[in-house]
Amino acid sequence: MTEIADSTRIVKESLNKRYASERRFRRLGLMAIFFGVSFVLILFADIFSKGYTAFLQTQIELEIFYDPAIIDPGHTNDPQVIGKADFAKLYKAALKERFPDATSRSARRDLYNLVSNGVAYSLRDTVLDNPGLIGTRLTLWLVADDEIDMLIKGHIHRDAPESDRRVSNQSIAFIEQLEASDSVRKSFSWTFLTAGDSREPEQAGIGGAVMGSLFTLLVTLSLAFPIGVAAAIYLEEFAAKNQFTDLIEVNINNLAAVPSIVFGLLGLAVFLNFFGMPRSAPLVGGLVLTLMTLPTIIIASRASLKSVPLSIREAALGVGASKVQTVFHHVLPQAMPGMMTGTIIGMAQALGESAPLLMIGMVAFIVDIPTSPLDPSTVLPVQIFLWADSPERAFLERTSAAIMVLLGFLVAMNALAVILRKRFEKRW
Amino acid sequence: MSKANIYAIENPVTHQPGWIGSRVQEGSENTASPYATVGNIAVPNPRMSARSVNVFYDEKQAINNVSLDIGLNEVISMIGPSGCGKSTFLRCLNRMNDTIDICRVEGEITLQDENIYSKSMDAVLLRARVGMVFQKPNPFPKSIYDNIAYGPKIHGLARSRSELNEIVETSLAKAGLWDEVKDRLTKPGTGLSGGQQQRLCIARAIAVSPEVILMDEPCSALDPIATARVEELIDELRQNYTIAIVTHSMQQAARVSQRTAYFHLGNLVEVGETNDIFTNPKHPLTEAYITGRFG
Ligand SMILES: Nc1ncnc2c1ncn2[C@@H]1O[C@H](COP(=O)(O)OP(=O)(O)O)[C@@H](O)[C@H]1O
Ligand SMILES: [Mg+2]
Repeated sequence: MTEIADSTRIVKESLNKRYASERRFRRLGLMAIFFGVSFVLILFADIFSKGYTAFLQTQIELEIFYDPAIIDPGHTNDPQVIGKADFAKLYKAALKERFPDATSRSARRDLYNLVSNGVAYSLRDTVLDNPGLIGTRLTLWLVADDEIDMLIKGHIHRDAPESDRRVSNQSIAFIEQLEASDSVRKSFSWTFLTAGDSREPEQAGIGGAVMGSLFTLLVTLSLAFPIGVAAAIYLEEFAAKNQFTDLIEVNINNLAAVPSIVFGLLGLAVFLNFFGMPRSAPLVGGLVLTLMTLPTIIIASRASLKSVPLSIREAALGVGASKVQTVFHHVLPQAMPGMMTGTIIGMAQALGESAPLLMIGMVAFIVDIPTSPLDPSTVLPVQIFLWADSPERAFLERTSAAIMVLLGFLVAMNALAVILRKRFEKRW
Repeated sequence: MSKANIYAIENPVTHQPGWIGSRVQEGSENTASPYATVGNIAVPNPRMSARSVNVFYDEKQAINNVSLDIGLNEVISMIGPSGCGKSTFLRCLNRMNDTIDICRVEGEITLQDENIYSKSMDAVLLRARVGMVFQKPNPFPKSIYDNIAYGPKIHGLARSRSELNEIVETSLAKAGLWDEVKDRLTKPGTGLSGGQQQRLCIARAIAVSPEVILMDEPCSALDPIATARVEELIDELRQNYTIAIVTHSMQQAARVSQRTAYFHLGNLVEVGETNDIFTNPKHPLTEAYITGRFG
């Protein structure tokens, strides 16, 4: 009897110890999660606070006179002639009209620099689209220069000494006059989402990089998924288990750990130099990323094939299904969600990859938006890299904004993976 | 030397009438000691017969020189302590062991006088002729209808949709499940109760019209009421099918089978009429097992 009481007491004492260690572990776990989440939040908050202004663009209201003397002095109505006209003169004239006092050379230069020089092209395009505008007057919101944009957004401080900022006192005076008459506004910038890259920040957009990423991922997906799944099915279900397949398995695992830049060098040597494929093309980028994501997809697919219970295979074999029928009718449907999840994670990796693409020339400055996987283009992470490297203050916010877009795609892809997993959760 | 062989030496068994000793010797050059089976392994009208079967997992021998007939329209039960090779032997009968890389089968097993391990016998065709029901109910994660229809579909047994519907209905009816599921044929088979799932698996096996149905402890995952239902079903199925059932329950063996084979450490120790085995076991090991001294 006393023995029993004794052991109860001992167990009780040890219980306290065990509970204490459990509490300690819980606290540690919570702390780890807290750190992780707070770092992610800090990262997101930092990027968001720096980047969201890139989605807005400063505009200046001016009355433009589509002067026939500038656009088409001979009244030819010939698009060739109109296309060659100096449309910058239109907004320069409008500015002169608005600020008649600015007569000195330096004042004129500052005045003309209020407006982005890209405005000339958009004026030309509207006139070419609608020649009836010639000779009329229109009040338009024109895109401001990036320095003015920075000034309006408060990234350049007006009270800083003139020598410390890239906007002169003269320019600030112009802007303040315009502001006084409500002729300055910030509006949503479609240019940022749709345009290609540019040397002028206010004309630069991520459209080209998004399309480049899209084409690259399309190539990667359409190669890596079927090849990866086929390889996984063969290795897992059909290949004899011997030293040769062991060797293959080890090498696939090794490939998954190879630094991605090595795949870029391989792509440079094989696809560009040996096969002579076009430089900077999403096709080649896709091929390189295929090499890079294949191991991930194969490993994930094999794991999900392995997780299909033996009982399902036996059930199929037991009613006389052949090996191939068993695999394709029963095992594969069960393994598919896992395979797709693995593929999406591989794709997300590929989307964020820049190093191997630098090797095959996707780092070039490309203004045109690609329309096929053969057009030279860049991709989102490389675009971020390029902008982050630019000295202009306006590219800084565009860098952050491009990161936001990239993160948006990544979050969307990972959410898709989670949804797929939930949706096709194993049901046996 | 394996444990099985130690037993063989300690308990030498005399030849019994009906034991075809010479045939057993032929194919068994790599078995250290011939192990004689007590009782009559042969039947007048065998559906399947196994002769001198040895099974190895890598180097480990799991079945030692087993010969046994499975008679037409009989239920034969295989009993024995766990790990004695009942499942291994059963899985030889439809070459399910082919799927295990390390498993090697020696000896001769025939189905209607055709050697099932010969080159001319296709394992896929064999499994259509020798169906199997597993220990744990394993319906496909598909609808009840598709569970039954899958076999006939891949074998091309139904030429039309209506024929297929008919096969599904008769199979489910034979398995005594039709009334319970006829209104929910499109619902997943995995949503049924354990006992219903097992009967669904039996219906699935029946649907391809096999000659023999192998059952590996079909009731071990079921409650007593579901078990009774499946046992009833086995008794009904005997009219049309030959059934070999592995069971760890001696009561079950006594209830459903006409013949019983007792396995011990890879050896077939004794085989005979179920009544005789349970009332009058001849081998000391059999007696020890059925009187509950080990198991
Ligand atoms: N897949 C396998 N690989 C290796 N050994 C196995 C395998 N399956 C069964 N065995 C071995 O074969 C012997 C017989 O097993 P089994 O036929 O499952 O016995 P029972 O069904 O009578 O319980 C056991 O010793 C077991 O460990
Ligand atoms: Mg077993």
